[in-house]
Amino acid sequence: MSLSKDQVQHIAMLARLKLTDDEYAESVEKLSRIVDFVHQLSQADTSDVVPMAHPLDAAQRLRPDVVTETIERDRFQENAAAVSHGLYLVPKVIE
Amino acid sequence: MSDTSQELHAQSMTELADGLDAGEFTSVDVTRSLLDRIGELDAKLNALVTVTAHEALAAASRADQARAAGNGGPLNGLPIIHKDIFCTRGVKTTCGSRMLNNFISPYDATVVEKLADAGAVVLGKANMDEFAMGSSNETSYFGPVRNPWDLECSPGGSSGGSAAAVAARLAPAATGTDTGGSIRQPAALTGTVGIKPTYGRVSRYGMIAFASSLDQAGVITRTAEDAARLLGVMAGFDERDSTSIDRPVPDYSGAINEPVKGLRVGIVRQHFDEGLDPQCGIRVKEAIAALESLGATAVEVDLPNLDLSVPTYYVVAPAECSSNLSRFDGVRFGHRAENAEDLLDLYCRSRGEGFGDEVKRRIMTGTYVLSAGYYDAYYLKAQQVRHLIADDFKKAFSDVDVIAGPTAPSPAFRLGEKIDDPITMYLNDIYTIGANLAGLPGMSVPCGFVDDLPVGLHLVGAHFAEETLLRFAHQYQQHTDWHKRCPEMFK
Repeated sequence: MSLSKDQVQHIAMLARLKLTDDEYAESVEKLSRIVDFVHQLSQADTSDVVPMAHPLDAAQRLRPDVVTETIERDRFQENAAAVSHGLYLVPKVIE
Repeated sequence: MSDTSQELHAQSMTELADGLDAGEFTSVDVTRSLLDRIGELDAKLNALVTVTAHEALAAASRADQARAAGNGGPLNGLPIIHKDIFCTRGVKTTCGSRMLNNFISPYDATVVEKLADAGAVVLGKANMDEFAMGSSNETSYFGPVRNPWDLECSPGGSSGGSAAAVAARLAPAATGTDTGGSIRQPAALTGTVGIKPTYGRVSRYGMIAFASSLDQAGVITRTAEDAARLLGVMAGFDERDSTSIDRPVPDYSGAINEPVKGLRVGIVRQHFDEGLDPQCGIRVKEAIAALESLGATAVEVDLPNLDLSVPTYYVVAPAECSSNLSRFDGVRFGHRAENAEDLLDLYCRSRGEGFGDEVKRRIMTGTYVLSAGYYDAYYLKAQQVRHLIADDFKKAFSDVDVIAGPTAPSPAFRLGEKIDDPITMYLNDIYTIGANLAGLPGMSVPCGFVDDLPVGLHLVGAHFAEETLLRFAHQYQQHTDWHKRCPEMFK
């Protein structure tokens, strides 16, 4: 089962990845092989099998809805490429 | 002290602890000796991304003071290396990626915090496959790690730096993470001990996420005794990890001394089929015979859906990876592309430039299997098959205490040999992936050599049976000396 270049371009856009032309060519070939490989799952008989949600069947733990974290914005923003007045800067979104 | 210091690198963590207690040497002696060794030898291996010499010596000095005052935790003054997937406050945490090449973590992972609280001294951060996606350490942005047993060979991955460092006696122990075999396979390929605990046993907080339903932290050492000591510190409930299990931590170091007489060892016939290097198969069978000579009984068990574990993994893990790695957007942290035209261009180019080939491939595989029209055929189907695989194990563990077999299909392979063929590379994890899918603890123990390259015995237990695995491994190591063999170049 082979993927087309259009399909790979669509997947890359959904994944927010810009690829070079060489990367597209390689991705079409290798992703097709991976999809082929995982396609063997279709042969497994899974009628009446519940999809696994958690390896230990544990339920999601909840905590009381109270504030536990402190704001350390300045420290966290040290890792950002562009900040100003406590805000993260991105290219203009609204004209 | 010069005689002793020459041999410090050869000692296990437990031996070092005894020497510190007896006042034969100090933690500063140990730390300095290992840092010197790293400086001298790591250029051959590329096992470390960052060496934290200054912080290590300061921590060692504090540990020595605590010891002198009669204080100090269970790992006081003992050296360790962290896989560079664990966030370490104030220290670069790269996850083997260009994306995080400039990331200084503002906080410590729980594993890092617990080991530091126990007094451990961190020598540095270990190289790894990018975002833990790889089985050869060749996907690292910082270049491949080399295997101390043969520098032309891969040490395995993704915890390849951790395993190579421990095998080369740069440290007695290193942390690792295991999503499909990333602790156990490199342990096997480097002749070290590696344990991946039960899912939820060790906190994932501050461990950079790859596939959240499979990821688990563990440790690589040279002895099961050291693994037990470290796991006792690392394990335990953490409210900051939503899948952490609230369950008491047993006395692993005590449990390893129990004999294995009367325990039942399951052998899976398919593990010894044509996919396995025949010489490796012989070593593994000899190891199982050794367990029998210690009084354990070997019986055959069946895991009928074993063949489906790799394809199941390569749906579930990429799906979760595509979701987890969506946080890297070039805005709050990580690599950011220059001169972006607009916000979409900023996202796409920051990610396109920041991630390497294998990471992009897995993000796209995951995006595809989760996309409209394909979800039921791939993701839902894989989660159903995952249930079948987990049920197979459950059935097997109603009859046996442990399943024993090979950790990897062959000894270490040459760098460059498999990197262009993702499927061949993925099949390297065929024996280890099942434990991750079912959330079970697994362990690799050195069990001999093929052509001067180490072979690993793989042990899998029922949920929370880490004590049983460590007990088998320790008892086996009491009767064998494979773990004492050291690569010639690193003696």
